[in-house]
Amino acid sequence: MEILISLIKILVVMLVLLTCVAYLVLVERRVSAFIQNRIGPNRVGYKGLLQPVADVLKLFIKEDIVPKLANKPLHRLAPIIAIVVSLSTIAVVPFGDKINLFGYEIKLQIASVNIGILYVLALTGLGVYGIAIAGWASNNKYSLLGGLRSCAQIISYELSMGISIIGVILVTSTLQLDKIVEFQHGWRWLILLQPIGFITFFVAIFAETNRLPFDLPEAEPELVGGYHTEYTGLKFGLFFLAEYANMITGSAIVVTLYLGGWQFPYLQSSGLPEFWTSIIQVGTFAAKVGAVLLFMVIIRWTVPRFRYDQLMDLGWKFMLPLSIANVIVTAFIIYLFE
Amino acid sequence: MSIDTIVFFILAATSIISAILVITRRSPIISVVYLVFNFIILAIIYLTLHAQFIAVIQVIVYAGAIMVLFLFVVMLLNLGKEEMLTEKITYKKRIAIGLAVVMSVQIIIGITTSFGEHPNQLSPLATQIGTVEHIGKVLFTQYLLPFEIASILLLAAIIGAVVLAKKRIG
Amino acid sequence: MLTDFGRVLLFFIIAGIFVTLGLVTAWIVRPKRPYPDKLTTYECGEDPVGSPWVKYNIRFYVVALIFLIFEVEILFLFPWALVYQDLGLFAFIEMVIFLVILFVGYAYVWVRGDLDWDRPEPDIPFITSLNKNNPDGTFR
Repeated sequence: MEILISLIKILVVMLVLLTCVAYLVLVERRVSAFIQNRIGPNRVGYKGLLQPVADVLKLFIKEDIVPKLANKPLHRLAPIIAIVVSLSTIAVVPFGDKINLFGYEIKLQIASVNIGILYVLALTGLGVYGIAIAGWASNNKYSLLGGLRSCAQIISYELSMGISIIGVILVTSTLQLDKIVEFQHGWRWLILLQPIGFITFFVAIFAETNRLPFDLPEAEPELVGGYHTEYTGLKFGLFFLAEYANMITGSAIVVTLYLGGWQFPYLQSSGLPEFWTSIIQVGTFAAKVGAVLLFMVIIRWTVPRFRYDQLMDLGWKFMLPLSIANVIVTAFIIYLFE
Repeated sequence: MSIDTIVFFILAATSIISAILVITRRSPIISVVYLVFNFIILAIIYLTLHAQFIAVIQVIVYAGAIMVLFLFVVMLLNLGKEEMLTEKITYKKRIAIGLAVVMSVQIIIGITTSFGEHPNQLSPLATQIGTVEHIGKVLFTQYLLPFEIASILLLAAIIGAVVLAKKRIG
Repeated sequence: MLTDFGRVLLFFIIAGIFVTLGLVTAWIVRPKRPYPDKLTTYECGEDPVGSPWVKYNIRFYVVALIFLIFEVEILFLFPWALVYQDLGLFAFIEMVIFLVILFVGYAYVWVRGDLDWDRPEPDIPFITSLNKNNPDGTFR
C-alpha cells in the first residue's frame, strides 16, 4: 500500500510538473510578447491556451536529424540525462504539510531524505553533463563551445550557491527540506533572516537554469543555440523541457529555502478544517513558485547577457566573498543570541 | 538471500562492469561518461551502507567537480586520433600487472579471513555513524586537529595548483 | 517498505521510463527521410570546415582546479553548520581559523591574477602622421 501511495504521488507530481512546464513556455511567450509590444501566440484554443498541446504534438512528429559525424550513442543519451536530472530535484521538495485522503494520511513530499539540501546540490552538479555531452557529441563548433561554456559557468557560481545554503543550515540546524519549511512558520521566513544569502542563492539559481542574464551555453546570437544546435524534434524538445523544468524546480527550491515554502501565516490558528488547510497550503506553495517564475521570466526579457569574464568576476570576486562573509556574520549573530 | 544482498550484488556488478568499460573504451569522452556512471553507482553503494555524507561527497566532489575537470581536460586537449593513444606493453606495465595481482590476492585473503561470524550484517551502530550530524559532532570535537590541518593541506593545494598549472607569460 | 532513498530511486526510474516512452513514441510516428545534405554538420549554411574537436585554451582549467579545492572546503562547512548551534563559540572560532587559512590561498590566487580572465593585450591600431616617411598613412 505504501509503495502504491508513493507511486501515485510520483506520477501525479511528474504529470503536474510536465503540464506546468508546457504552460510555463506559453507564459514565457506571452510575457515576452507583452514586453516587446507584440501579441504572442493566441490562436490555438481560447486565447492560445492550447498552444502547448500543439507544440508538443509538433515536436513528436518532427524528423530526428542526427549529423553524420556526430557520436550517435552520446548524442542520444545527452537529452535523457538532462531531463531526468532536472525532473528529479522535485523529489525532495515538500509542496504541503500532510493531507487526509480516503482515510490515509499522506505526506505531501515524495521523499524526505536526511541529506535533503545536499541531494539538491549534488543534482545541480550533475546537470551540467547533459549539456556538456550534447556539446561534444554533436561534433559541431557552436555546440562544443556551448558545452565548454556550461562547464565553465558551473565552476563560477556553484561555490556561492553552496555557501549560501550553509547560511540556511546554520539558522535552521537541519538539512531536511520539510524541517526547513517547518522552521519558517508564521513570518519567520528565511529571506528576512538571510537576505544576503537569498540574493546570492537566487543569482546562482539563474545561472544554474542557464537563463538570461547567464545563458552563455545557448546564446542564440553567438552560438545559434549552443549545445542544442544539432538537435531536432523530440530530443530538442527534451532539452527545452529540461530547461523549463529546471526553472520550476529551481524556484521551488528558492521558495522552500527562503520564502517559507507552503507556510501561510496565521493559517493554523484560523480554525479551518484540516483538509482545507492542506489545500490552502499547497495553493500557497504553487502561488509562491508562480511568482518567482514570473520574476524569472520578466528578468530574462529585460536584462542583457553577461560575458564570460564578467560572470567569472561576479562569481569569484563578488558573490563568493559576500556569501562567506554572510556565513561568518550569521554564525556570530547566532552565537550572540544563544 | 535478503533483498539487501541482492541489491548489493546488482550494484557491485554494475560498478565493476562500468569500471572495466572506463579503461577499455578508446574515446576519452566515453571513458569519462562511464566513470561518472561508476561514481554514481558507488555513491548508491555508500547509501546502502548508511554512509549518506560520503555518498553526497562522492557525487558532489567526484562525479561533479573532478569529472568536470576531466571533461575540461579531454575537451581542451582533444588528442585527435584516438588510435594514437594505444600503448605498448613495456616492462613497467609488466611490473604493474604483477603488483596488481599481488594486491588483489592480499585483498582477497584479507576479506576472507578477517570477518567474524556475520560478514554481511550491518551493526546497529553503523547506521548512525554515517549521518552528517554525527560526522560534524566528531569532526569538530574529537578530530579537531586533523580538520585544521586539512585546511593547511587545501591551502597548499591551491597554491601548488596555480603555480604548477600556469606559468605567467611576460 | 520503502526508505526515502528508495522513493528517490523510484522517482528516477519512473522519470527514465517516461522519457524513454516519449522517445519511442516519437520514433514510431515521425518521418525518416535523411539525405546527405541534411546530415551535414550545421555551420550557418556553409560546408563545415575542419573538425571542431581541436585544442582549446587552457585558461578554464586553472579556474576549475581552484573550484575543486573550494568545493572540498564547502563540504567541510556542511557538517559544521549542522552542529553549530550545539557547539557554540568553540565551533565558531575553529571555523574562523579554517576560513582564515583558506582565505590566504584565496587572496594569493586573486592577487596573482588567476581569477582574472586573461585576454591578450589588444593591439590598438593608430595612424602615424602623414609625413614623408609614411606617405600612405598605413596602420602601424
